[in-house]
Amino acid sequence: MNTATHTLDGHGGHAHQPGGLLRWLTTTNHKDIGTMYLSFSLLMFFVGGAMILAVRAELFQPGLQLMKPEFFNQLIGVHALVMIFAALMPAATGFANWMIPLMIGAPDMALPRLNNWGFWLLPPAAILLTLPFVLALFGIGDGAVATGWTLYAPLSVQGGIGVDFAIFAIHILGISSIMGSINIIATILNMRAPGMTLMKMPLFCWGWLVTAVLLIVTLPVLAGGVTMLLTDRHFGTHFFDAAGGGDPILFQHLFWFFGHPEVYILLLPVWGLMPHVLSTFSRKPVYGHTGQVWSFVAIGVLGLVVWGHHFMTAGLPVPALLYFMYSTMSISLPLAVLFFCWIATMWRGAMSFETPMLFAVGFIVLFGIAGLTGLVLADVAADAQYHHSYFVVAHFHYALFAGGIMGVMTGVYYWLPKWTGHMYSERLGKLHFWLTVISFNLTFMPQFFLGLAGMPRRIPDYALQFAEFNAISTVGSFVLGLSQLLFAYNIWRCIKGGEKASNGVWEGTHGLEWELSSPPPHHSWETQPVIKD
Amino acid sequence: MQGASLPPPRRHGRLVARLIVLAGFFFAFGFALVPLYDTFCEAVGFNGKTLKDALAAKDAPPSAINYSRKLGVQFTATLMPGLPWEIRPLEPAIELHPGELRTTRFLVRNLSDQTIVGQAVPSVSPTVAARHFRKLDCFCFTQQTLAPGESREMALTFIIDGDIGDEISELTLAYAFFLAPKDPA
Repeated sequence: MNTATHTLDGHGGHAHQPGGLLRWLTTTNHKDIGTMYLSFSLLMFFVGGAMILAVRAELFQPGLQLMKPEFFNQLIGVHALVMIFAALMPAATGFANWMIPLMIGAPDMALPRLNNWGFWLLPPAAILLTLPFVLALFGIGDGAVATGWTLYAPLSVQGGIGVDFAIFAIHILGISSIMGSINIIATILNMRAPGMTLMKMPLFCWGWLVTAVLLIVTLPVLAGGVTMLLTDRHFGTHFFDAAGGGDPILFQHLFWFFGHPEVYILLLPVWGLMPHVLSTFSRKPVYGHTGQVWSFVAIGVLGLVVWGHHFMTAGLPVPALLYFMYSTMSISLPLAVLFFCWIATMWRGAMSFETPMLFAVGFIVLFGIAGLTGLVLADVAADAQYHHSYFVVAHFHYALFAGGIMGVMTGVYYWLPKWTGHMYSERLGKLHFWLTVISFNLTFMPQFFLGLAGMPRRIPDYALQFAEFNAISTVGSFVLGLSQLLFAYNIWRCIKGGEKASNGVWEGTHGLEWELSSPPPHHSWETQPVIKD
Repeated sequence: MQGASLPPPRRHGRLVARLIVLAGFFFAFGFALVPLYDTFCEAVGFNGKTLKDALAAKDAPPSAINYSRKLGVQFTATLMPGLPWEIRPLEPAIELHPGELRTTRFLVRNLSDQTIVGQAVPSVSPTVAARHFRKLDCFCFTQQTLAPGESREMALTFIIDGDIGDEISELTLAYAFFLAPKDPA
């Protein structure tokens, strides 16, 4: 890929920028905002992690030791909401902010002020979500939302003030995500460097383009659903009240019409960045660029029409069950295309295993387990037994921790030298990888067996025969949680200093983002590069 | 690309407006799903909802009765939390011919010392049988108000279509009785 640059007296200096805290409050620079998204995400990752460690501590032994069941219920629901909306999604948005303008040769995001607003909506939403915990300490209300993150009616219609806080938090997070998505679509469609056609665009941008469209299509439906919940709770409507002519199952439809595409919203940015990493450390071009693009699109479209598989046991009629089963299973076809493209990219490459590559290969193996166990759950007959068991918990943690969070870690290690201009500690990075991957499996592999043996999820106590596997899982979770401190420390050290990173950082990198210095100047691509071939 | 190559001023307004309209459309779509969901369930007979145009069956000629088949019909009733009543079907199980007009009764009693309004919500299983279950009159069509300690026999008159599929030999009509929602007005 050749670029021609033109010199120009741009406003490259920082003279007109306020310093200190005001800089971060008012910044419209995509790199600053990306950094804020990623820092916020890391902070909330630890908040959500601490919640679930308390849950795992309670589950270490049968019986109730540490907390009341009501508090347990609050922890699991807020853990999920925090991890999904405040950790994983902002991490992906942080990547998008940092990398999309660099990758497509744009000077910044299309709508920089909207970008700033989109970020600064997040902290109030996170506070709304967790504030009821604090209020309960002072005797106000009965704690945070205790319905699980799915907010199913009629439980959520009857719940305490925590549900209202969660509803408003979801409204704000939704507005933030939709603004971010509009910004990303406008950037990608309007600001690509001359010569970069859509089919030449890097896969990370493609993953995000499909994600952004999915967000705009599905998040408003969730916003509508929780608004109905709010009016059912306080304004006498009966959307989900059977006695008033409503239907509680309707809420499940509305929720999962958003909730299933949300899985792909969390994963598509990761699938987008994976080929970059695999290609770099295999020193080969990405295999099947076009095939991967169309797989993203196919998964996005199919993901919109399979939501019913989340509540197959709610009493859906047989024709609906068969439809949701077959349509769900059909998603494995484009997903298999992605897997084979990843493997083919590595095939006979000159592979080396720096930390990002370790995470990428670990991702492929563990995310493969998530996909295969997902096929089991998609089977109507099998789902009748495994629904709402620990099998489901293990399945979606293989998808969202190994697929989502380990994917994000892949991206962080891959791009961190580009962002900071320093190399992180490879030794600590590798240690972090091995601790993470081993303790992750120690935590979640036993949960497959617990689920097969019939242990239900979301219950603070369990029968004696589940004790050993639960103890193993709890030990694994604490190792997993503590080893993430290494991750934070390694990032901190890398920001502070370290070996200088070159422009290309890694040996096999290709693309516009690697032609800039490391770290890139505060304002980059003020003159757009031209893609010639 | 010649000379001063400052990129031309970008106009994102039109694209952004379209994307906002798209988001607004799907917000409205969420609300449109409420009536669509009911319409869809009724049209295909999902969800155990019985037909609303039941009165048409009353005019069906007696010859529509299929004397060659017998169907078992079971009745159950459940009280939802917060409703201090008791309820039971007077005939827990009956047999009838498809197309035959029948009336059955449920006994309900208010155990509290307050006047209470209740609402019954029916569900038929198997769900595919629901569209063949035609109610001509039902206590579930209206709310039921019971004085303190009052008991009442509530009637249900129905026909099961003569063309109900051969694969169905037994069906159940279940009522869930709710405390009627208080209107804010």
